[in-house]
Order: sequence, then structure tokens, then C-alpha cells
Amino acid sequence: MGARKKVMKEGPERKVDLVTDSPPDSIVEKSWDPITRIVGSLGIHTKIDFAARRVIECHSTSSIFRGYSVFLRGKDPRDAGFITSRICGICGDNHATCSMYAQNMAFGVKPPPLADWIINLGEAAEYMFDHSLFQDNLVGVDFCEQMVRETNPGVLERAEHTEAPHGGLHGFRTIADIMRALNPFTGTFYREALQMSRLTREMFCLMEGRHVHPSTIYPGGVGTVPTVQLFTDYLVRLLKYVEFMKKVVPLHDDLFDFFYQALPGYHEVGRRRILLGCLGTFQNPEVCDFQYQTMPAWGEAMYVTPGIVVDGELITTNLVDINVGMRILLGHSFYDDWAGGELFVKNDPLGNPIDIRHPWNQTTLPRPQKRELGGKYTWVMSPRWLDKRTGEHLALDTGGGPLARFWTTALAGKVDIGYVKATGHSVKIVLPKTISLPETELEWKIPQWSNTIERNRARTYFQAYSAAAALYFVEQALKEVHAGRTKTWNEFQVPDEGIGCGFHEAVRGMLSHHMVIRKGRIANYQPYPPTPWNASPRDHFGTLGPYEDAVQGSPIFEENGPDKFKGIDIMRTVRSFDPCLPCGVHMYTGDSKLLEVRHSPTFGMGALHGKQTP
Amino acid sequence: MSQEPMKLDPAPSYVHVVWITAGLSCDGDSVAITAATQPSIEELVLGAIPGVPRIHLHNPLLAYQNGDDFLQIMHDAAAGKLEPFILVVEGSIPNEKIKQEGYWAALGTDKETGQPIPTCDWIDRLAPRAQAVIAIGTCAAYGGVHAMAGNPTGAMGLPDYLGMSWRSAADIPIVCIPGCPVQPDNFTETLLYLLYQFVGRAPMIPLDESLRPRWLFGMTVHEGCDRGGFYEQADFAKEYGSPKCIVKLGCWGPVVNCNVPKRGWMAGIGGCPNVGGICIGCTMPGFPDKFMPFMNEPPGAKMSSSAVLMYGRTVRALRQFTQASLQREPDWRRPTTELSTGYTPSWNLPKR
Repeated sequence: MGARKKVMKEGPERKVDLVTDSPPDSIVEKSWDPITRIVGSLGIHTKIDFAARRVIECHSTSSIFRGYSVFLRGKDPRDAGFITSRICGICGDNHATCSMYAQNMAFGVKPPPLADWIINLGEAAEYMFDHSLFQDNLVGVDFCEQMVRETNPGVLERAEHTEAPHGGLHGFRTIADIMRALNPFTGTFYREALQMSRLTREMFCLMEGRHVHPSTIYPGGVGTVPTVQLFTDYLVRLLKYVEFMKKVVPLHDDLFDFFYQALPGYHEVGRRRILLGCLGTFQNPEVCDFQYQTMPAWGEAMYVTPGIVVDGELITTNLVDINVGMRILLGHSFYDDWAGGELFVKNDPLGNPIDIRHPWNQTTLPRPQKRELGGKYTWVMSPRWLDKRTGEHLALDTGGGPLARFWTTALAGKVDIGYVKATGHSVKIVLPKTISLPETELEWKIPQWSNTIERNRARTYFQAYSAAAALYFVEQALKEVHAGRTKTWNEFQVPDEGIGCGFHEAVRGMLSHHMVIRKGRIANYQPYPPTPWNASPRDHFGTLGPYEDAVQGSPIFEENGPDKFKGIDIMRTVRSFDPCLPCGVHMYTGDSKLLEVRHSPTFGMGALHGKQTP
Repeated sequence: MSQEPMKLDPAPSYVHVVWITAGLSCDGDSVAITAATQPSIEELVLGAIPGVPRIHLHNPLLAYQNGDDFLQIMHDAAAGKLEPFILVVEGSIPNEKIKQEGYWAALGTDKETGQPIPTCDWIDRLAPRAQAVIAIGTCAAYGGVHAMAGNPTGAMGLPDYLGMSWRSAADIPIVCIPGCPVQPDNFTETLLYLLYQFVGRAPMIPLDESLRPRWLFGMTVHEGCDRGGFYEQADFAKEYGSPKCIVKLGCWGPVVNCNVPKRGWMAGIGGCPNVGGICIGCTMPGFPDKFMPFMNEPPGAKMSSSAVLMYGRTVRALRQFTQASLQREPDWRRPTTELSTGYTPSWNLPKR
């Protein structure tokens, strides 16, 4: 390749060819495989222009395939939640919950309200735990003293002399003190966060039995025994976490603001066009009946509003619209095409036509093969969302989860439950007085950019949001118990034929499960977690997946040259999405008959020679 | 098995723990160990337990190093430059022999070919040099969910791959700690046991025929379940959410080896049947196929629960009878002018 490397960036603001005039020897290939401190197996392969201090090319690869949907096929539909929970070892319960939502729709059952409150409490605990562990034990290490010393000694030097604006709240005098507290295992805040991630997992276990694959989640409700004690045990732990949040949010604000300050232009790191998707979380049992026909109403009644944000504009909050627009493109992945395969669902229950590339109709045909970065290079496909207004297949990302959740919730302005309130331009979080700290109001404001720092900042605010929302859910659950409405499960029949879909927010972003039942058995089951959205490869339009897009074109601020290069800005960017690769690579509905029919030698050859196949 | 201490010679002051999560896994076991408190992972890493070597943990979820720096640790271990080490394998082992090319599971890139290094190659390189090998979680132990009937990858457990009678460099069998995921403390406690063994302070780790530590998996779920009393009285739940015995709703607890109801999931909290979740047998070699569909009553439970019906109803009736009496206070507890407790005051006693 030559020295002039064209890099296309999507979006109105960055739709420019980044052309480098650097000498050829300043362009170096750098790969990180495996990316550690994430869940699962991910590789990032880049070309970096060290003269221009910019990433000029990025590919994201995944190296594990398991094949969930194939072994779900033909199984009892009620088993789906137990099995799909095992997709992910850090947010398995999000899958169990989402599956249960899809089954409720397919079986036509509405759980008793108390079951929804219990699940909301369990899922809130999951967000509190998972974000805490990821933010301060995994992402935090990228901002710790040891790491900053190795990558940006100049920044550390400055941090030593920079007072933390909220030191009085969190107890660390300088920014460097915060960084030291984040050093793995030896750092005091690292260990405190680890301990808090346990406390919140205890809260989770109270509601859902066991972490991370729950034992008490069923279609029709939960098996959790709803006693006064259950909610007391949860509440006392929650209040400790609420107090913790009053220190953690300002601590992260101090740390992240410092990076903008110490490294002017750092907002460009990991920045991409604002293309965010959120499928909503925390059901409102007064509105939610799990029927497809009423889904727009109960979707908008959720305590985190679903929606799609394009270039800062909220273009829909309607779950039916979001569902109908989903497209699964093969991209540069190790699968054969299923176009012309079986159309399981022609129209949704409202009569909307369902595309062959919609998850309900996906038949995925895996073909293990050599990895060619110019050809097929990953086990992740390319989910996209068809924007009807423009015909564009948007490579939505989740912003690691919280960024999209806040952005849609803030703009929609629907949530208002006292402890949390969406204002139309921000989300207010009120944390009540706790044992040693007064009532505290936090406000997440829509940021200027969808970038690495803002993905991370949103995470810490969402921890507080989950805690605040959980206070409301405890109150609602106790109301049910006090009124004697302690039923947690409703009976149902598995139909011979049926379809269902579940929408939820996994910790790291939008999660959907689509199910087709025939003859009382699973005929097709397609889970789409956040990571296929975020970690997807280039699609056949040439659109980069979000990790690739966020890294490609991103500036480099690390002080090391090519020899000692750690790629810290790239690592921070990739981790800001909260990668969870096991979620990315299970999508496979095998059908041996189809596989034989569809296997064409020319296709295989094309793949070997690196041709792009849609 | 010998009860003699089998220590490493020389007794180490630290032990590396080399961890492969790149089986067919969900990383749920790596996540689970961050929940452990008995002991906690930081206690093991920081050397906070007297008399045992501290560990140098090389787990991708928690590693400081990244990419090539992390992979170098694995290469060093494979080359004998990182000793002694315990190899922890997480995830089912795919069968890479059943296809033409490519890989089902891989970790890192081979610098010469530019292709991913299959996980099986790593196991082949590392297992022979390890002082002990732990299969963490049911996937690595027996295959688990990814080895379900109809799976495309030919997945299996580590003992299926290496052989049930495989022995480590220190002559220790594969140690399986099943659970989906592993109960956090079950893992850290087993690791601690091996550390004691390495310095000669514990005999050979006692394992059952499925290679599970005996002290953890010797009892069934039912034997430790706080709902067992309902079973004894033939008092069975008819719907989820009931505090009674849930064996008729799909619980396999009476025939599953697992300590979770007794130990709780973490800090004594949570579990399965004890908190309202059916036991789906996730610690067992037959998981999941032999337990599906999960929400049906296990065939064996139909018979055994009918068998206890007569006995259970009888004892329940007798106990209710006794209990009814115990629910009443003795009749002398009342605000009357007369004392009727049977007490005889000494000042009323007739003089001798």
C-alpha cells in the first residue's frame, strides 16, 4: 500500500477523506489479539500513521464460534431462557430476561405485576454490578497510574499537580491520586469497587437466585418468594451503593474532565457519528401486557425509553418501527448467505412486511475458513438498521449501553418517577440522604460528542440511575406485598404455532430475541445482543462496524513511538463500548439440509480470494 | 489415592495461574471468581493468606497486559519459562478435526502465518507443563451447554479431550469444578487447596469419579436444601413463587451433586431451589440434555414424590396436631388474682 491512505468517515461532520502525506515508513501495522479486560475474544488490527499520529485503518475480529441457535432448534420453547442465558457470562441474566419477554409474547401470558418489579430490581442490580466491575476494574486500568506512566508520563506529571475538583467528596486530592487508586489489585478504589460489585451481585441473587445465569426467571413470571425480608435485604444493600455513587460519579467526572483538559483534542478519540440505538429497559407493569400489537405503548412506558438517535435527533421511540427496520447483513464474516432460504415470518402481527434479512427470518450458515482482513475476517455478522427516511443501513452502536440509554431517554422526556426524571435535554437523578451523605442531585447532560470519554462517563451516571430507579422499584414491590398481591407467576400454554420478540437492554446495550414456534417446538431463535452491533465488520456497502469506525481516523495521543507503542487510545476506545464477545458470535441457525443445498463451490472460492460477498 | 502430602520440590513461594478463557465459553467463570470472598481473588493475588504461595494471575478478563504482551505469558509458559503454573481452562473444547479449515475457537495470532492460534493448540502446548490443570465450570469439565445434542462444533469437556486418566506434571488428575457458572468460592477454595498441597500442607486433593472435589460435591442439592422438609411432608408447590418443595415444577435437586443450597451463591445469599429456582442439574456431566425440558417434572420425581405421599401426609398431620398444642401458651399466663403456676411460696409453708 502507498503512503496516501484514504479513510472514509461516515456522517455529515466527518465525511471527508483523511489523506495522509506521511512517508511510507511512518505507517506501521499494529494488532492487539487478544484484547484483554473485556469479556470474550476480540482482536483489533490497525494501520497507524505515526507521522500524522492517526489510525488510518482498523479491522475488528472475533475468534470464537459456539452456535447457540442450532442447538435451540427443535427444543421446548420454555428452555430458551435457560439456554440463552449461557450466551454471556457477565450479562446472562439480560438474555434470560429478554428470552422470557419473547416467550411471554409468544405464549400470550402477562406475569403478575410483582414479577415485573422483581425483574426490574434484579436487572437494576445487574447494571449496578456490571458497570461497576467493568468501569473500575477493567476500563479503569486504562486510566490508572501504572498505565498512564507507561503511555503518557507527561500527563501523569500534570495529574500529580492537578487538584481533583471534587476531592472533598471522593477523598482523592489530586487526579494522580485517583489514578493510583485505580491500579489493579493494589489500588484502594479498585478494591472498593470490586467489593461493591459483590454487594450488588448479592442484591441480584436476592431477586434472581444466582449470578450470572439466574435460577428464578420463567416465562409467566418469577419463582422468587416475595417476602418483606426479601425487599429489606435488597434495600439495605442498595442504600450502601447509593452512598457509594455519590463519590463515584464526581470521581469519574474529575478523571474524565482532566483528560479533555490535559490533552486538548482528546474529544476526537473514538469519536463517531451519533448513531445510537436503545431498546428500553425496566417494564412498567401497569402498561406492559407483552403483546406485539400494544408494544409501541408499553415500550414508551419503560423506565428507560427505547429509541434511535441519528445525528443527535431522536427519530423514533416506537419498538415496532425499530423491530421492522432491523437487518442482519453478512458483512465480512465467516458465514454463507441465506437469501432465498425459508421465510419464517412474512408479516408481523400488525401486517408490516418482514424482510428476509430480519432476525425472524435469519438462517445462518457458518463456514469456518482462513482469516483474510481484505476478505472474511470474523465470526460476527453486521446488524444494521434501515432508516426508512433515507434508505441508509445505519451501523448503529450502543455507546456501550448507557450513552444510548441516556440519549434516548433524555430526548424522549417521558420518564419521571421522582428519583429519576428525563427533561428533554438531560436526565436528572436524585439520590436520597444516606448514612453519611446528604441528598444529592446528579444531572447527565447530552454531550457534544459520541466518543470514548462520553461513553465512559455515561456508564458511571447510569450506575447512579439504576440505583435511583431501584429505590422506586422497591417501593412499588413492597406496595404489592403489603396489599397481599404476592403472586409472582401466571400459568400459560405453549402454542403449536407462534412468534415472539423480546426487547431489553443488556448492560452494554440493545438486546433482542426473536423466536418462531412451530409444532410446539422452536423453529427459529435469533438473539441479537449489543456486541454484534458494536463489533460488526464492514458490511457489503463498505460501512465500517462501530469499533472499526470509532478507531479508524482516531488521533493518537500516546507519547510512545512505534517500538513501545501500547495503543492506549485505541484500547480506551474499544473498551468504551464495553465489548462482550461471547454475545457477538453465537448467531447460527444450522440446517444441514440447507447447508448442502446452498453450498456452492464458487462461493467458497470467492471467499478464499477475499472477494466481498453480501 | 495417597494421603501423603505431595508437595512440589522445592516448595514454591509463588505460583502462576495461566488461564485460558478461549474455549467455547461465556467467560462466566472468570466473572464469577471476581465475586468470591472465601477466599477472594485479591487475597490470593496479594498473598494475604499465611503459609501458601501467592499467585500471579494471568486471566484475560483481569489482565493488565494486552495483545502480544499478554500472549507472551502464554508463550513463556509453553516454553517452560514460567514455572510453576496451574493451568485453568474455561469453556468447552471444540473439535477442530471435523472441518476443512479455519477454527471454532482461537486465542491470539500466529506471527508466522497471520492466522489465529486454535485453543486446542494452546491446551496441547500448556497442559504437559502444568503442575495442575483445573477445568473450571461445566463447559470445561464435561462439555456443558455448547456440547448439547445437535451442536455444530463437536464440543466436549477437557477430560474428554485429554483423557479421564490424564495426570499433570505433579501427578494430579484434572480437577473439575463444575457449575454453570462455577460457584465463586468453590473455585477459589479449590485453588487454595492446591496451593496448600504444593507446599506440603495438604494431602492429594480428594476427587470423585467425575473428578470433582469430594468435599464440595459429595452431597446432593436436596440434602442441603432448606425446602427438604416440605418434601418430607409431601407438600409440593403447584406454581412458581411458592416457598414449598418445587420438585414437581422441574427441580432435579434430589439427584444432583451440588453444594449451592447449603453454601448459597455468594455470602450465603441466593441459590437455586432454596430461593425458588428449579435445579436444572448444571453441575452434572449429563447437563443439559438429560435435564430438558427443564420445566417438566423429572420422571423419577413422579415416582418418588408419590412414594412419600402416604408417609408425608401422615407426619404432616401428626405435626400439625402437635404444633397446634405448641402454638398455645400454658393457661397460667393471665392477669388474675390467683397464682396458678404451681409455685408454692416459702412464706406460706407451714412451720415445722
